[in-house]
Amino acid sequence: MMSLEQPAEQLHEAMLIRRIVAGEHELFYELIRPYERRLYATAFAILRNEADAEDAVQEAMLKAFKHLGQFRSEARFSTWLIQITMNEARMRRRKAHANIMEPIDGRSMDGKDEEGSYTPRDFADWREIPSETLERSEVREKLAEALSGLGQIYREVFVLRDMQHLSIEETAKMLGISAASVKTRLLRARLMLRDLLAPGFGGAWSSKLSFAKGTKPW
Amino acid sequence: MVVTCEHVWSEVSNYLDGEVDPGLRAAIEEHVRGCKNCTAVLDGTRNVIQLYGDERMVEVPLGFSHRLHRRLDENMPRSRRTFLGWMVAAAATFLVVGGIEVARSTSRGPEVRSELAKRGSGVPPGMMVVVSENGRLFHVAGCEYIHEKDKLRTVTAAEAENEGYVPCVRCLRKYLVTNAWTAGSDDASRRA
Repeated sequence: MMSLEQPAEQLHEAMLIRRIVAGEHELFYELIRPYERRLYATAFAILRNEADAEDAVQEAMLKAFKHLGQFRSEARFSTWLIQITMNEARMRRRKAHANIMEPIDGRSMDGKDEEGSYTPRDFADWREIPSETLERSEVREKLAEALSGLGQIYREVFVLRDMQHLSIEETAKMLGISAASVKTRLLRARLMLRDLLAPGFGGAWSSKLSFAKGTKPW
Repeated sequence: MVVTCEHVWSEVSNYLDGEVDPGLRAAIEEHVRGCKNCTAVLDGTRNVIQLYGDERMVEVPLGFSHRLHRRLDENMPRSRRTFLGWMVAAAATFLVVGGIEVARSTSRGPEVRSELAKRGSGVPPGMMVVVSENGRLFHVAGCEYIHEKDKLRTVTAAEAENEGYVPCVRCLRKYLVTNAWTAGSDDASRRA
């Protein structure tokens, strides 16, 4: 069912799609431009390499163009694009790792399988994180590094849920897993990231980032 | 209901997503108030969601858009409007060259339909726009500021400009400039 959140944008998209399918191919770029960043984030989260992610997005968008006539307006266009990008990135990852052991898939970083409970390891106090810290490239790098440290099954769920803001159901459908699995993996992904980041945000990075106590900019 | 630390950790994700029932929610909140470790876990997890959910988290490589655009251009089949596109390009070139000549001789562009109207600058000549018979503006199809919707024509931007239409202040604002003719002729020179 079409969301009523931003009907004007969706109508504009629907109009563009009709015109592109009818032959005005040059409008395709205008259609996908608002989603470039999200698509890159999706591919990067799977492939963990800038050049591979960029190539995957390009290839995915060529496929999206080719199959644009198959898009049905019951789905959100952004979700459709993310699905195609996700499929492309996963396929490339499978090819690249066909002959290599995948030690982290299906397992968390502490070695337990996904059904086991996860026990937080770091209880550093980490109350406030102003979004301004994201202006700092070193913080973004730390966050990207932590995300890269997760097993793929956790990264995929986390990226779709917490970075692309898809619903539990949309995430489950896109990955071909149950809603319960999405919830389990999401919990572990969030807790693992918290563990990886807590020591830094709890103090160590504050001093590294030259924030003297009491003089933090927030 | 009394919950343990382990119970809180297993529900922290559902709790933050608003997916626990009111009884469990109250029990978790009661526990967290008196538990430093669970407070750290809850706050930290909330921060993880907030930080990664921020779109500034992702940096697209420099030149990403340009390369994507180029790859699409290279691989997409030619638009079915190719022939028309060539005609438009030829017409646009003719207009641009003619425009420069006119500019040299009269320092004025094509006469616009309203003295108060501002000319556009850098409007892609092949862009399809709509005009109404008695209007003075050209619009992107679907613009809510189109009047006389029953007397619309679809033309190229170059044709619209040649007929004296100027860009709509709403849907084509980015092409409007204050010193219209100067900027317009600069742009015409660039394109020529």
